[in-house]
Amino acid sequence: MNRDRLLRIGGPILLFVLLITAWETGVRVFQIQQMILPRPMQVVDALVAGFANGTFQKHLAVTGKEVLFGYLLGVTLGIAFGAAIALSRTTEVLLYPYLLALQTMPKIALAPLMMIWVGFGIESKILITMIVAIFPVLVNVIVGLRSVEPDRIALIRSLKGGTWPEFVWVRLPSAAPYIFAGMKTAVVLSLLGAIAAEFVGAEAGLGYLMSQLMFRLDTPGVFAILVLLGAIGVLLFLFADWLHRKIVFWDASANERWGK
Amino acid sequence: MPEPVVPPPLAPTVAGAPPGTAPAAPAARPMIDLDHLSVVYRTRASERFVAVADVSLQVREGEFCVIVGPSGCGKSTLLKVLAGLVRADGGRASIRGEAVGAPRDDIGFVFQSATLLPWMTILDNVLLPLKVQRRPDRAAWAERAMALLRTVGLADFARSYPSELSGGMQQRVGMARALVHDPSLLLMDEPFGALDALTRETMNDELQRLWLSRPKTVLFVTHSISEAVFLADRIVVMSARPGRIVADIPVDLPRPRDVATLDSGRFGEYSRQVRTHLYAQETPR
Repeated sequence: MNRDRLLRIGGPILLFVLLITAWETGVRVFQIQQMILPRPMQVVDALVAGFANGTFQKHLAVTGKEVLFGYLLGVTLGIAFGAAIALSRTTEVLLYPYLLALQTMPKIALAPLMMIWVGFGIESKILITMIVAIFPVLVNVIVGLRSVEPDRIALIRSLKGGTWPEFVWVRLPSAAPYIFAGMKTAVVLSLLGAIAAEFVGAEAGLGYLMSQLMFRLDTPGVFAILVLLGAIGVLLFLFADWLHRKIVFWDASANERWGK
Repeated sequence: MPEPVVPPPLAPTVAGAPPGTAPAAPAARPMIDLDHLSVVYRTRASERFVAVADVSLQVREGEFCVIVGPSGCGKSTLLKVLAGLVRADGGRASIRGEAVGAPRDDIGFVFQSATLLPWMTILDNVLLPLKVQRRPDRAAWAERAMALLRTVGLADFARSYPSELSGGMQQRVGMARALVHDPSLLLMDEPFGALDALTRETMNDELQRLWLSRPKTVLFVTHSISEAVFLADRIVVMSARPGRIVADIPVDLPRPRDVATLDSGRFGEYSRQVRTHLYAQETPR
């Protein structure tokens, strides 16, 4: 039991140390240019410097705002549209073909259009992030609201409960595990959406900063932002996962993955 | 303990009343009246299969009526028709003289699986019917639910969640929930079918106690013969495909029935009688 725990925590750390060492020695032995592949320590230096002079904070705040607002809007709309489609045959027939078409198209490709419509500021990034975040939530809401145990529905109906009691007491909670699964996918996609939208054209943000550094061939800086983005992605996911386990506490599948 | 169910004393006038003169006698009206009821299901391949064929059945107010039959004889469908969950394709189903076309608020339904909602505590699960029906007098709700939980011996689990309870305990919560809004009719669809034999006997005993303390009309579906004889005032035997009634057996065993009842000769006699009717239908094919 304890050995397993040691392996689970110690193993990845050991691998990390090995990889970093290999990277550091590799770059030194083969004398690779910093522009192509910086040494790990140079990346750390760039990361520290970026925070020391305040640039990272400034751009992080912008990207953070884009992700936060875009994500929240996307989740809200995803749940609303999903519920409308799952609960009403009319909305389903009307909207589903279009949603399917939108779903299969690469949403990032809408970024240039958004720039034209709402400019290069934060608003266009929020819109893109929102569009990217909607779909995983929407699809899961539809599946979740529809895959309710028939007996649970029969229970509410046998009590003379109508569509609304059925929704609040049974459908929505039954769908919650699905909704959270969608929200976890969406959180990762949101970050992707915001960064990609910033690449297309922006005035601030980590994606914008990254393209600036790239033009200056500041490869350590680019790596530093990559590390930062990786850390943000993991933190966002862990937060969504924590929320999942807190709110949908009865869902066994939420806990299994962590071997609890 | 005296038997709580007394048959209505005014039977003689009903049958022999001269036409035109008899005023309607409401006391004699049955609680449940199924009149030539049929239900047809359509499968995906648009085949029709007759689940219930021409079933007529009257159940008295306060009677504990058990329907026994093989799987697929449409006995669950009968309950669903009465609960307003399935529409009849022919004939008529009425409760206290009112035709059933939609769900009613005075029915308690106990499902085969306990069907508790895993995100609610046991107490909240029991309260569900009151919440769904927005019953008045909210302040008294919790006390009513707790009283029922005490009756089924689960008061200490009020704050627990369903996943922390065994199958038998969950089904007892299911019974408490079906009774919390004080329904006049209790429909039970093989409620103990998924439990092991020992738990099942305990549950039968528990249900009998519950029923003796709060007399209600009960329509109970099962495919266990001993369960039927133990619980019933009257056993209705159904045949499979199409489901129709093949026997109607009043069970005259003193209550409360207990383990000794199970071993008595008359219990065995009733069981044999039910079994004979159940197996009689199998031979023609």
